[in-house]
Amino acid sequence: MTKKIKNLNLNFGPQHPAAHGVLRLILELDGEVVEKADPHIGLLHRGTEKLIENKTYMQAVPYFDRLDYVAPMNQEHAFALAVEKILDIDVPIRAQFIRVMFCEIGRILSHILNVTTQALDVGALTPSLWGFEERETLMTFYERASGSRLHANYFRAGGVHQDLPAGLETDIAKFCETFPKIINDLENLLTDNRIFKQRNVDIGVVTKEDALDYSFSGVMIRGSGVPWDLRKSQPYDCYNQLEFKIPVGKNGDCYDRYLCRIEEMKESVKIIKQCLSKMEKGPIKTFDGKITPPSKKDIKQSMEALIHHFKLFTEGYRVPEDEIYTAVEAPKGEFGVYLISDGSSKPYKCKIRAPGFSHLQSMDYLIKGHMLADVPAVLGSLDIVFGEVDR
Amino acid sequence: MNNLIDLEKKINSELGTKINSSEIKHNQIYIEIDSEDLIDVVLFVKTNKDTKFRQLIDITVVDYPERSKRFKIVYLFLSHEFNQRMILSYDISENEVIASLTPIFPSANWMEREVFDMYGVSFKDHPDLRRILTDYGFEGHPLRKDFPLTGHTEVRYSEDQKKVVNEPVKLEQNYRNFDYESPWEGTKYIKELTDNNDKKN
Repeated sequence: MTKKIKNLNLNFGPQHPAAHGVLRLILELDGEVVEKADPHIGLLHRGTEKLIENKTYMQAVPYFDRLDYVAPMNQEHAFALAVEKILDIDVPIRAQFIRVMFCEIGRILSHILNVTTQALDVGALTPSLWGFEERETLMTFYERASGSRLHANYFRAGGVHQDLPAGLETDIAKFCETFPKIINDLENLLTDNRIFKQRNVDIGVVTKEDALDYSFSGVMIRGSGVPWDLRKSQPYDCYNQLEFKIPVGKNGDCYDRYLCRIEEMKESVKIIKQCLSKMEKGPIKTFDGKITPPSKKDIKQSMEALIHHFKLFTEGYRVPEDEIYTAVEAPKGEFGVYLISDGSSKPYKCKIRAPGFSHLQSMDYLIKGHMLADVPAVLGSLDIVFGEVDR
Repeated sequence: MNNLIDLEKKINSELGTKINSSEIKHNQIYIEIDSEDLIDVVLFVKTNKDTKFRQLIDITVVDYPERSKRFKIVYLFLSHEFNQRMILSYDISENEVIASLTPIFPSANWMEREVFDMYGVSFKDHPDLRRILTDYGFEGHPLRKDFPLTGHTEVRYSEDQKKVVNEPVKLEQNYRNFDYESPWEGTKYIKELTDNNDKKN
């Protein structure tokens, strides 16, 4: 007698705690081995690109916070750089240091979340408890600079919205002293942990060639041994004045990517320290009154400032006709903005290139032949945030 | 090729007739081609030892409803080896079906699905051309310029039917597009309204 065996289809998510948000993953299982994975995305699709086309350049910035909501300012950076390049304006050096410093804070925010939740997905609870305390500290830095813990709206074309409040620089410096110890604690818990290694070593291996073919970037490509980091290869703002190393993996598995993220956090602390020591008092946004809103004091005394204020907050500034792609090294990989301006005060087209989109796309390739229990481990090491995947 | 000027020369001499125009700005090279030459050009820039654009960064479309060739398809490439970026584009009309890049770059799969979903551009030989970002059963292509910002339908939970229902959008106040160019005439639709009223009277 022959028995008919059918593969099992399993719905993973959209309400699964290890799905990192709203991912619906349809898995075809042969026993416990995954034969095929079909991610269904778009459950968090808000039409960001369409909304940006209908808003002025200044009103578009907050939408970038809501993409990768784990490291908001890194996204704003890409948009600010794109607009600045088209407008051809220079950013004051202090603003550049502030921006780079907050980008690195964003990188630490994102990497803490990813490393600790990845550990959580494979069964370790403690790292997330320790890590989230540090994230809270970092988010208060965000709050003190911009007024908001997450949706900062802080980087503007031509600089940043406002100068750092008194005392923030010393507090960030203090954090840089204490934080390396926390990284060490996390490493003590995870790096040589037998269970953590069993769950991550040789899981989700990506070869160099495939990493290129699947449009990987960031840690996903560095974990596979490609030394590529936009902060080094195509430096933006003041990154070329700073010294830091780019950690590169060897085997391209989940464990190497974890190690890369840990090392990157250490490098980020170094960058923040350098920014703090090199930062000098000075202007924090460009003086061009056609782009930068005037100060409250000026509005009360100068007619011209009043007119500028009125024009900027009704019509917005106009951006000459152009087409540009700018990318930054966001914590998750290459985050890019492809911007087409038509001379009006609203972007004609703003395509957002999210690193997570191409990473998640490779899910089928990564997970084929792995066990069901490896799905959360691979998903965790991809570092997916649905705000940016779905846009 | 270590600098963009050499690269531009190289591409123009090797691909000659296939390149409609090329330009260097913002430290990137912009190339325009015809839609039928896509595969040849992409294969060349990917494999040639002097270009090596090994990575497809993104595919997108720009919609110009007033043009006869309505859509401009844009491909962004990156060469790690030479640290260069290339922006490749061509124009197509509304119902034209274009070639898929999935055999050359596996990552093109979702990018083309997104283009199909958002703009309704079809790809031949695409292995799995489904909608990707919009809801199951969604109609229309949201990023086209003639698609309203509010969409056509809204969802709510119906207490009577005990399920989520789709209904046409009803807004108390429409999204208003202010025309700041001529602040004395008010926004366009108000002007149309008053003009119409004037005619009636």
